[in-house]
Amino acid sequence: MHMADALLSPAVGGTMWVATAGTIFYCSKKVKQDLDDRKIPLMGVLGAFIFAAQMINFTIPATGSSGHLGGGLLLAILLGPYAAFLTIASVLVVQALFFADGGLLALGCNIFNLGVFPCFIAYPFIYKPIAGTNPTPLRIGIGATLGAIIGLQLGAAGVVLQTVASGISELPLSAFISVMLPIHLAIGLVEGLVTAAVVSFIWKSRPELLDLTAAARPLGDISLTKVIATLGVVTVITGGALSWFASSSPDGLEWSMFKVSGHEELEAPEKGIHHTLAVLQEKTSFLPDYGFKAGEPEAEGLVETASWPAVDSGTTTSGLVGGLMTLALALSIGLLFRKRSKTA
Amino acid sequence: MAKIDTAFFDLSKLEEMANNDTVIHRIDPRIKVLVASMFVICVVSFHKYTISAILPFGLFLIIVMGLAEIPAFFLLKKIVLVSPFAIMVGIFNPLFDQQPIMVLGAITITGGWVSFVSILLRFGLCVGAVLVLIASTGFNTICLAMVKLGMPKIFAVQLLMLYRYIFVLIEEGLRMYQAMTLRTFHGRAIAMKTYMHLAGQLLLRTLDRAQRIHLAMLCRGFDGNIRIRQSLRMARLDIFFLAACFAILLLMRCYNIPAMFGRLITGIT
Repeated sequence: MHMADALLSPAVGGTMWVATAGTIFYCSKKVKQDLDDRKIPLMGVLGAFIFAAQMINFTIPATGSSGHLGGGLLLAILLGPYAAFLTIASVLVVQALFFADGGLLALGCNIFNLGVFPCFIAYPFIYKPIAGTNPTPLRIGIGATLGAIIGLQLGAAGVVLQTVASGISELPLSAFISVMLPIHLAIGLVEGLVTAAVVSFIWKSRPELLDLTAAARPLGDISLTKVIATLGVVTVITGGALSWFASSSPDGLEWSMFKVSGHEELEAPEKGIHHTLAVLQEKTSFLPDYGFKAGEPEAEGLVETASWPAVDSGTTTSGLVGGLMTLALALSIGLLFRKRSKTA
Repeated sequence: MAKIDTAFFDLSKLEEMANNDTVIHRIDPRIKVLVASMFVICVVSFHKYTISAILPFGLFLIIVMGLAEIPAFFLLKKIVLVSPFAIMVGIFNPLFDQQPIMVLGAITITGGWVSFVSILLRFGLCVGAVLVLIASTGFNTICLAMVKLGMPKIFAVQLLMLYRYIFVLIEEGLRMYQAMTLRTFHGRAIAMKTYMHLAGQLLLRTLDRAQRIHLAMLCRGFDGNIRIRQSLRMARLDIFFLAACFAILLLMRCYNIPAMFGRLITGIT
């Protein structure tokens, strides 16, 4: 459930980037403060572990579909929330760069959805109270399962909200959420069971490891609320600032860039070189008024009701023709390069 | 075949490409990171019905790709492999948005289809940009650039450590996976129960390894501070490249170049 660049608007993506970058800075500071220097190699190697473990799929009983290890909560249990957040963030960065899961802009959303929720909500508020200071396999099992389910539900809800707020996809909020949440409930359950099993496996074979991380973790509740509060403030401020740009454009959440550069500006010059050229074109073009007369009034009438102001079939046609030309140009340049590299 | 060995293959292949030496490879990584980010922001900021104005960005990407000598087929394959989520979400657009926005002869094209194609286009371009960036720069160099651009050092260390041990642990995982498949019937996927033991075992090995690494680091004088060797130098040509790319990207963002071309030819204003 990696968010993709293609479904994001710059305002939403930018906001999530700022929120995520803020959390990374905060966690870096925190990890540096309690520099238990064993943690540095541990974080690196555990990140690689999550990476490797995620690539081995297993079958989910009775369904035939396959699942993999989630990781966020497991890392939080083993490393504590701050180091775990940095670790999961680093895993997602590598996945985004090498496997193109999501993309550069969506990276903010992905780290937020898969990092903040398990590390700063599921772990301290669900796993820790249930597992307690004196964990038993049952408590670990319940805590890890519940924690993974809730963390993943929040993450899925995050994906839905970011997608809907971006407005690129037409999926309505209710329909999208009613699909995403049940699916991720099932996935979360499986992930939770696997996390629980792995943690109790560790607990059985090396109980000291869990105690170690539990003891080394300097998590005060006050600092946690501070993280969330700062995060909230940062999100609201940047969201507000960005949507201030957006509200000056006619389409709500679209970025102001559209207004600055959209069709209004292109169509605007009534005289001057542009106009002269246009007149010249009118006379010399070899496709004058290429048979769109019939379609035009209909389209025009419908456009009145549409939310997008600048659709007229003329622009669309020239867009189509020019677009095809660009495409052809792109392809031929690509082929040219290919040919050259073959001969070279 | 298991996902794990293709992952291994992809990582090594991208790293191998990053070791090439072309015009694009020689540009300062900071510049490349900035240009790639600008590229993505420009592409993503288009209105959802935009198709033609996005196309020149594809041209830009293809030119950069060609200059960096990155094989197009490899890139395309990777883009297709990761596309399911975007397609699955995007495919609902034609269902929900039935507003006709264009009549092409007898065919009426609805807004949903236009925005769906736009989503696919954005997807391909954004993913392509990231892959071209990594294939022409290499992970370690990108980390260096990010530190210079203000990323916390400890996070950079985490990234570098992670990257170093991904290869080791994937190999370890692959070995365990192979051992398991050799002992099961052909083609049977791993049962959840087996997976739990497998993952637990791998985790134990991982933790042991972390301890050994820590000891090795201590032996070599690790004092809790990480020092990253930084040797990036910005040449005048790099600055020029940055300025040129930004200018081109903004130009493509602000003007619908294909539409202008089209207008010139069809004469429809």
